Amino acid sequence: MSEAAAAQAVVRLEGVTKTFPRGGVTALQDIDLELAPREFVSLIGPSGCGKSTLLRVIGDLTAPTSGSVTVNGKSARQARNDGDYGIVFQDAVLFDWRSVSKNIALPLEMLGWGRQRRKTRVAQLLDLVELTGFADHRPWQLSGGMQQRVAIARALSFEPSLLLMDEPFGALDEMTRERLNLELLSIWEQTGNTVVFVTHSISEAVFLSNRVVVMSPRPGRIAGTIDIDLPYPRTVETREAPRYFELVTEVRELLRSRGEHLLPEEEAVLE
Amino acid sequence: MSNAAVAVRSPRARERRASLVEGLGRAGLVVLVVAALIGLWELYRWIWVSTGWTRPFIVNDTSMPHVWTIFKAFSQPAQVNQPSLISVLLHKTAFTAKEAAAGFGLGAVIGFVLAVVLVHARLLRRGFLPYIVGSQTVPILAIAPMVVLWVNPRLPGPLQGWGAVAVIATYLTFFPVTINTLRGLQSADARALELMRTYAASRWKVLWKLRVPASLPYVFSALRLAATASVVGAIIGELPTGLQDGLGGAIINFNQYYSIEPQELWATNVIAAALGIAFFVIVVLAEKAIVRRPPEETV
Amino acid sequence: MTLRLRIGAVVEWLPPLVVFAVVVGLWEGLVRALHVQQFLLPKPSTIVSVFWTERHVLWPAGWYTFKEALGGFAIGSGAGVVAATLVGRFRTAGKALMPIFIAANAVPIIAFAPIFGAWFNPVSAQSKMAIAAVLCFLPVMVNTLRGLQSARPRQVELMRSYAASELEIWWRVRVPTALPFLFTALKVASVLAMIGAIVGEYFGGALNALGVTINSDAQVFRFDAAWAGILVASLLGIALYTAVVAAERIVVRWSPEIRAS
Repeated sequence: MSEAAAAQAVVRLEGVTKTFPRGGVTALQDIDLELAPREFVSLIGPSGCGKSTLLRVIGDLTAPTSGSVTVNGKSARQARNDGDYGIVFQDAVLFDWRSVSKNIALPLEMLGWGRQRRKTRVAQLLDLVELTGFADHRPWQLSGGMQQRVAIARALSFEPSLLLMDEPFGALDEMTRERLNLELLSIWEQTGNTVVFVTHSISEAVFLSNRVVVMSPRPGRIAGTIDIDLPYPRTVETREAPRYFELVTEVRELLRSRGEHLLPEEEAVLE
Repeated sequence: MSNAAVAVRSPRARERRASLVEGLGRAGLVVLVVAALIGLWELYRWIWVSTGWTRPFIVNDTSMPHVWTIFKAFSQPAQVNQPSLISVLLHKTAFTAKEAAAGFGLGAVIGFVLAVVLVHARLLRRGFLPYIVGSQTVPILAIAPMVVLWVNPRLPGPLQGWGAVAVIATYLTFFPVTINTLRGLQSADARALELMRTYAASRWKVLWKLRVPASLPYVFSALRLAATASVVGAIIGELPTGLQDGLGGAIINFNQYYSIEPQELWATNVIAAALGIAFFVIVVLAEKAIVRRPPEETV
Repeated sequence: MTLRLRIGAVVEWLPPLVVFAVVVGLWEGLVRALHVQQFLLPKPSTIVSVFWTERHVLWPAGWYTFKEALGGFAIGSGAGVVAATLVGRFRTAGKALMPIFIAANAVPIIAFAPIFGAWFNPVSAQSKMAIAAVLCFLPVMVNTLRGLQSARPRQVELMRSYAASELEIWWRVRVPTALPFLFTALKVASVLAMIGAIVGEYFGGALNALGVTINSDAQVFRFDAAWAGILVASLLGIALYTAVVAAERIVVRWSPEIRAS
């Protein structure tokens, strides 16, 4: 970990364990993780490794059975109450009965922002995700990629220091996904928040992050961490750099080596 | 401990036990709800009688008899030297149930056939659907006398009288069956339809192998509505025909004596309600038996 | 583009119009040709002419009954929404009671018409309003409750990520989700209300009420007037239904069913 980690960690998990009472499944076991400010960290692993659960533990959407979770120096619950993070799910989860701009403004309404302030901020965000002109459109009029951009705009609307993303581009085709990866990186550079990014895709994880955390299933554990030393800003060329392929292979081998527990079909999923 | 001594429950047995427990729980809940309703009735009565409020209506022994009075009325004869009310009502219920069942059956068949025709002919569908919907805005009671006058002479002897009422019940029943069955037949996945085309399947085959199975949940939803509609149709249909043999006749009859013996009309209504619910429950149980999946909860 | 839209609209309306024309034409022709018992099923032309000549009786009667139906519709639907809101707050109770509510809908309400007459005076409008209200109550309550229970879990999760209170989740997610369900029920209720009012009048009603008029016409074998009255009743029921549909198109423009059409 870089010296930046010596500074106040944005997210700290210590000994986090999560067991689901129904079925007695241990989704997470003894997770220790620290995220420094401005990091872009990917969580990758086969189905059942607990990566989505881990994301929800950070976001206080589910409580750990044991262990501690600290976000911005506070408890996860306090962080949620203070609006310290924004979340993006695999499907955009937009409200059909609201226009695009009203969808983006949802968290701002709940924070009690005035109408003018909301309007200005929404215009900024539409510009950021390159959807200016779609303000009055309805969600069903947009493509999947556009809907996800609205969801990202919504998540960033109140400028949280932490962004949690649960396979946000998983439902999109590869070309759209690659384009949105570039857009996400450019947004991240502008906003400077910390990103926790859950994905199934090794190439996506390596391309986006400065650190890839590999998880293994049954029970969910961290198998290892790989620092991605590719320079920022990353471009289309980065995907063709030899170092990129080396790192992708490194991640794949880490996944496979811890995959004595992996079923053949789970291996196939990881590209 | 030997393996033989360890009883292993098969999944089927476990399933049956689970549904038995669920059934008992449901029955218990029903008892609870009925008890709560009776309690509410008596409470409302007590409050309104004590305070003497006249809104929304005056409460006294005539307008709201005690639940116990209604209950007692079942065992007593309605008129002198007549059998007890409950046995009279049960006879009438059987008569009305016959009409409702016939209407249900006929309406279900007509509705199903109509839906099958309409799903295949888009022009016919566009042409007739508004009128099928509109047909339900015609107050059945108003045309009932005409229907009865026209139908009765054309029916064979033993079917006369109650047969006309069955026709009226059919009118109320076919509509929900048509609409819901049509929706069900149309609900077949577009890709499944494409698959059938690759098999060069005839329309008939597509109908029976794909559309009908896909439509089953909708059909059962329709049959649940039809069950209620057929009972309503049977009771209403009896009114203009002046038939004394059914529940409709009993209602008219006891209505005339209401100020003297209100509990008899109430008792009749309780039985009518029970008939409606009974038809409904029969369809629900039939669905459980045929589809082996819990019925969807729609109204 | 507009030409295509116009052709589309015509294709939409043409078949029902054709059917209407064909059916009415056949009806008129057959009755004339076969000398069908006119007193039972008059020619359409006769019905329309009586509809017009008796309008000073029929139309006010229709309006009177329509008001009964409207009042019952409003009261019953309103009570249904309130009841659904109350039950909807208690998740487990709502789920457990739902099958009971659905079974309760199987009770033939119309059998209670004489009792409502006894409560509110058989001739009054309130007794018919009561029937219409009770008929509307259950479908509206059951459907609204189902709608309130149908909020998508991810949407609720999203709101929790904003630390939203239960009340905020209620207003911002559960209520909008329930609106399409509510309108489905209101469409059903609109037809039931009118039917309930008219059928209720069979058991006694004001002399200037539509159901009473139809019934008395039928009893003296003035079937052409009875059919004209039925036409009025039907038109009014369709009018109320159409009003609800129009409101639906505006309020829940965004629901998948409205989008599809």
